[in-house]
Amino acid sequence: MTIKRTVNMTKQSDDVIVKTLSRLLIPFMQIYALYVIAHGHYSPGGGFQGGVILGASLILLAITYGLDNALRMMSERLNTILCSLGVFIYAGIGLLCIMLGGNYLDYGALDKILHVDIAHARSLGILGIETGVGIAVMAVMASIFLDISTGGLPSTKERDQSD
Amino acid sequence: MLEYIISKYNFWVYVILLLIGLYAMVGKKNLVKKLIGMNIFQSAVILFYVSIGVKKGGATVPIFLGNAHAAHGHGHAIIDVASYINPLPHVLMLTAIVVSIATTGVALAVLILIFRRYKTLELDEIMKIRKETGV
Amino acid sequence: MKVIAIAIILLTGGLLIYGVEDMPGWGDPDSPASSHVSPKYIKEALGKTATPNMVTAVLGDYRGYDTMGETAVIFTAGIGCILMLRKKRKGEGD
Repeated sequence: MTIKRTVNMTKQSDDVIVKTLSRLLIPFMQIYALYVIAHGHYSPGGGFQGGVILGASLILLAITYGLDNALRMMSERLNTILCSLGVFIYAGIGLLCIMLGGNYLDYGALDKILHVDIAHARSLGILGIETGVGIAVMAVMASIFLDISTGGLPSTKERDQSD
Repeated sequence: MLEYIISKYNFWVYVILLLIGLYAMVGKKNLVKKLIGMNIFQSAVILFYVSIGVKKGGATVPIFLGNAHAAHGHGHAIIDVASYINPLPHVLMLTAIVVSIATTGVALAVLILIFRRYKTLELDEIMKIRKETGV
Repeated sequence: MKVIAIAIILLTGGLLIYGVEDMPGWGDPDSPASSHVSPKYIKEALGKTATPNMVTAVLGDYRGYDTMGETAVIFTAGIGCILMLRKKRKGEGD
């Protein structure tokens, strides 16, 4: 018994409206996501929310322009590297604080290299870890979607061979 | 009785939502329906936590209003606790929502593996196949 | 099966409704959740971290370990999906 795939997400959508709209929307979504991450100190937002919006823009790209086009922009290898990099930035800032003489994740110690007062050093430390969280969440959302929608075989050629 | 319910109606709503999720997890036989039940359960818990943080009497979102740089100078004495809602449940649920999405992704991956092996997602059929083949 | 499920639901629901009696009322400013560490966060977050959004300040600074754990959980979920689903390419590994 073979499993028939009824939904083929590897091909581009044929609808002109869907493709044009998503082509217009995706850059604005990504700019908005960066705004949500960077402005998280002054308005609702932060790394988790902005990362999910960035991941959603990649998923929109994958369901309108096809997985092959999405993978050309965001390959599996890059995805895996980015999701490790996000956690690494977070833990790295914590270790940097130890090296500068503070406790782990005590951003007040960062004032020695940033040359600002302790409160603003903490603010910048929060911005750093939010960036790490955003990168990790974006990469994990995109990689979970790609893995589940393809069943683990991202390129069309491999899937044709395995069927 | 009605007044008793209305005084704490938010908790009653979350208890009902949580029971719907629990029923789907316990009573349904399809594994995808069980997963949806788990998500409803998580939504009930998230709403419960967020409702704990609410304060009556004109409290707003936990973001400091006004000129931040001017207020930063003269310390924290001017900040009134009663005018901001409790930020702690929001923090906890912010991370919980993203983690619930990640666990849903892992659960869907497990379901794909189960479907590849047994060609079905009905729990009783899976148990029958396991009993027949002894695996 | 369905009878057992409904019995479990009713038992759990009864216990939870019994517990609702002890919960603080809707929007109570003096509830235990709003009177332990939360006033300290609200008072000190701006002065100590220069961050007007208290949620971000608590998330990133006061509870930094917690958030790092959550990030590690998300990372583990992504790696788990990759390990469970992704198949080995021909010519890679064995």
